[in-house]
Amino acid sequence: MNHLSQFQIFLLLTVVKIAIVLVITLTTVAYTVLLERKVLGRLQNRWGPSRTGPFGLLQPLADGIKLFLKEDMMPLAVDRPLFILAPIIALACALISVSMVPFGAPTYFHGVDLFQVANINVGLLIILGITSIGVYGIALSGWSSNNKYSLFGSLRSTAQMVSYELALGLSLVGVVLRAGSLSLRDIVNSQAHHGMLSWNVFGGCQFVGFFIYLMAAYAETNRSPFDLPEAESELVAGYHTEYSSMKFAMFFMAEYANMITVACVATLLFFGGAGTPFGHLFQNFFTHGLIHAVLPILWFISKVFAFLLLYIWVRGTLPRFRYDQLMGFGWKFLLPIAMVNILATALALAFHG
Amino acid sequence: MQLALFIIFGLVAIAGALNLLFQRHPINSALSLIVVMMSLAVLYWSLGAEFLAAAQVIVYSGAIMVLFVFVIMLLNAGEEERTHGSRIAYIAGIPGAGAIFCLLSFVFLSERTQLGTTQLGGYLSSAVSNITEISHILFTSLLLPFEVTSILVLVAILGAVVLARKEL
Repeated sequence: MNHLSQFQIFLLLTVVKIAIVLVITLTTVAYTVLLERKVLGRLQNRWGPSRTGPFGLLQPLADGIKLFLKEDMMPLAVDRPLFILAPIIALACALISVSMVPFGAPTYFHGVDLFQVANINVGLLIILGITSIGVYGIALSGWSSNNKYSLFGSLRSTAQMVSYELALGLSLVGVVLRAGSLSLRDIVNSQAHHGMLSWNVFGGCQFVGFFIYLMAAYAETNRSPFDLPEAESELVAGYHTEYSSMKFAMFFMAEYANMITVACVATLLFFGGAGTPFGHLFQNFFTHGLIHAVLPILWFISKVFAFLLLYIWVRGTLPRFRYDQLMGFGWKFLLPIAMVNILATALALAFHG
Repeated sequence: MQLALFIIFGLVAIAGALNLLFQRHPINSALSLIVVMMSLAVLYWSLGAEFLAAAQVIVYSGAIMVLFVFVIMLLNAGEEERTHGSRIAYIAGIPGAGAIFCLLSFVFLSERTQLGTTQLGGYLSSAVSNITEISHILFTSLLLPFEVTSILVLVAILGAVVLARKEL
């Protein structure tokens, strides 16, 4: 690689990283769907998909083939450009935010971090910004479908996401105050000193912030118990009523990609990212070689996996909120508590930090 | 690289602004405005103001424009009808816009030394975060204007609540 300039190395590695992260994210999305169907099945005392391949493991492939081969219906009265643009916005925004996530310990090769696509010093703000752009995907899909159920779904969803974005953003301020930085890598590093004890959720006393984040994130991703935008008992299928084939699949993938992003951010901000929970207890093992590089990724993946399981568990357990309850919960409960949390964290840091 | 970014997104911003004017459906105009704001964010970024860029995306294109789109969707606003506007607008519009453009570029070019210069992407290569500096200035020398603005926003919120309440 000596004949390549620094910029060429950077460009090549970045393209390779983007491709790998994209493939892994999309595969994870497909298998999260399978995981959800399996776990939900077990929660409801049935098997879930079990026919395609061993334990139903090829089910995502079959689903993908089915969605590809379906006829792409487009109703006559839709607003064509926006109808096509909406699922693209939704999926693109869901996939872009994964690029800020540091997946492993900082490992540099010719000055390029191997386990993070982009280390930006306002990474957290970028994720919040992209999430807020993602609202347009849902809003426009409902409006352009020219269907009252779609419009109601997207109106609900827009109002819900705008309201819960506030609580979501405020719940993260405590973490930012503790880390003193908006870069996700710095936030992870600020929790790396004593393993589990220095994670923000335990040692940092940000458990209030964590629970606010968790609930706001469920609402942001339109997941149960806040899945009012697609409440099938009231709105047929909500904002994607008129969508079929790959366009529907894009919304579906966007929802699960958002789930994964939210789980990644929760891991990074509150659970130490790719750090080990044991701190320096086992630091004499695996100091070199492949395991040393891969172990942080395994920690990261297991934490994200735990969050995904929690998502599915909540979906299988809790009933759906009513709409006024949802709004009241966001504005009258989560928002004040988030502000108190910021004040308490700032005071504690001012006196001790 | 930075120059290429500047040219591309400057052109995108201008094209979006023109599209905003020429589109006849309000929702298309609102979407063009979002494009303008996003490309302005990229321009801020290329000048080294990454916090401003992120705030632009979150506040303007993420929150304010969502409300615009929301209202347009709720009101179910139809296409605008072409009318023959006032004659003054036809006569004075384009020369007026040209005059303002000339005036602004004259002021900026003649007062270049007083305004100070920044290099395109000059701050991007160094790893200094300007968030710390912004917050420091905001909470020390600019504290009074900052708080007065917050009170102004609070008054606006209270006014909206008073207007929106049914019985009072």
